[in-house]
Formats: sequence, C-alpha cells, structure tokens
Amino acid sequence: MKLWVKNTILIVMVILLAAIPLWVCRDAEFGGADGEAENIIYELKPDYEPIFEPILEPASGEIESLLFALQAAIGSGVVFYGIGYMVGRKNGVEKV
Amino acid sequence: MKKTQIRLYLLMALICLLPTRAYAMHIGEGMLPAKWSISWGIICIPFIAAGFCSIKKRVTAAPKVKILLAMCGAFAFVLSALKIPSVTGSCSHPTGVGLGAILFGPTATSVLGLIVLLFQAILLAHGGITTLGANTFSMAIVGPIVSWAVFKLFQKVKAPIGLGVFFAAALGDLCTYVVTSVQLGIVYGGFGKFMAVFALTQIPLAIAEGLLTVVIFNILEKYSKTELQELEVL
Repeated sequence: MKLWVKNTILIVMVILLAAIPLWVCRDAEFGGADGEAENIIYELKPDYEPIFEPILEPASGEIESLLFALQAAIGSGVVFYGIGYMVGRKNGVEKV
Repeated sequence: MKKTQIRLYLLMALICLLPTRAYAMHIGEGMLPAKWSISWGIICIPFIAAGFCSIKKRVTAAPKVKILLAMCGAFAFVLSALKIPSVTGSCSHPTGVGLGAILFGPTATSVLGLIVLLFQAILLAHGGITTLGANTFSMAIVGPIVSWAVFKLFQKVKAPIGLGVFFAAALGDLCTYVVTSVQLGIVYGGFGKFMAVFALTQIPLAIAEGLLTVVIFNILEKYSKTELQELEVL
C-alpha cells in the first residue's frame, strides 16, 4: 500500500474517533475538564485550599484558544519543516 | 451484525448517561498539598538530569538526529494542544510523548515532555508550576517508559513495526492518566472515582494517539531511514 493511502486511512480513523462522541453524546457538555477535576477534589475534601494560584491566566476563552492554536501551529510548523527537509534530502540524493 | 450494532449503540448510550464528571487532563495549579508537590518534583530531577545527558550523547554521536529530536518535541506540542471529545461527553488531550520515547528512549523524552508542560503551565494556566513535578512524573516519565518498554517488547517478538508503534503510543498515553489518578487518589482517596472516569475518557484518545504516531512514524520510516537505523529503531 502506498504511504499516502495508508496514512489517509489512519487519519480518517482518527477523525471518526473524534467525531463519533459528538454524534453519540449530543447532549454532553464537552467541557474543558480542568475545573471539573477540582470539583471532585472539593467533593472529597471540602475544606481544601489551593496552595498556589496560577501566575498568568489567559484573560478569556478567546485568548486561551489563541494560545492553544499557537502551540499547535508552532508544533506542526516544526514537524512539517522536518518532513519537508527529509523529503527534499532524499529526493536530492536520489537525483545525484 | 445488526444485533451487535444495537448492542454497541446501547453501550455507548449507557456510557453517555452515566453521571460523568471528567477530569482528564493535568493536575491543576495548587491542587496538590505542598509536601506532595515537592516530593514529586524531587523524584523527577534524576530522570530529567539523565535525559539531558542522554540527549547530549545522542546528538554528539550523530548530529543528524537533531532534526528528529526537534520533531518529536514538536509532535508532543501539537498533540497536547488538541483537546478531543471522548465518549464520556468530555474532552481530554493526547500526550504525544510516545514518538519521542520510541526514537530516543524514555529519559530524553522526559526533557521534551517537561518543555511542553512548562509552556502550558506558565502561559495557559493549564497544569501548574506547583504540580509540575507530579505532571512531569505522569506524562514525561511514566508514559515514555511504558511506551519505550512496549515498543522494545514488540521488537523482540518481531511483531510488525507499525503495531509496536501503535501500542507503545496508546498504552503510554493511557498509563499517563492512570498515574494521574493514582497521584490524586493517594492524596484525596477515591482512586476508583478518578480512575473510572479517566479510563473511559482516555481510551478513544489513546487509540487516536496511537494512530497519529503511526502516521508520523510511517513518514519517518520512508524518508529518514538512516537516522532511525542509527537510533536502533529499525
């Protein structure tokens, strides 16, 4: 099987894995779990006080998503730079 | 066929109806008592130190692998930014450290994981500085060790390499969150409560991480064969 065919199949499987819950659990909140985690802790230990507060907190959900998008963008930039470099190198070697 | 399908839907519906309160990410800032925060931090130090040595050794031995190291770190960066919905009706994200563990071994990956966690803790208030030790231990130490061990095991029994990569990444991901529930369980009790939610939420994500790691590994296998052989992956 060609590389791109194999990888396309794998990526479609990942998309399905992410999409099926949205369809099956239509009423769910799909909340970011950070806060809810803390709820379990408070439920188990109602008098707990966090020993420290975050130094910087994203000013809003929008800013937070900006930073997450930035994180993903930087990461994929480096990954695809690397892939491009390798593909170019391999093709270059084969030509010579 | 039809019957199993119906059963599957029923099971999924049941899972969705369960009262789930998902905690499926890193431990938040200040959510561990001071003595635990410090202890986990201290436990991590030798692994991180070993990681720096291991990276230095690898890079001096074969400078060409630097680009692969950068790609492994970047891969973890991307995957841990993707919050993916799960069947429990909440979101979690993969860790992305499996690839690094397969290519560079567990300790080098600890350093990569620490960088990701620091970025998220400082800029995103996701995870935290005080809980950095605990989160590093689960995501950057135990996860990579499991991934690396699973990969080596599959290599030993001569299983197809894609299969080894898949299970290494998926199980490493899953174990990260098992460790997180243990860490919370020993402080607050209710280990089962953390676990029940965790295991369910993380399973589809672990599978997704396994598949994505195979995707990138396939590309590396084709275009970077010599480096992978230098790293004794192939």
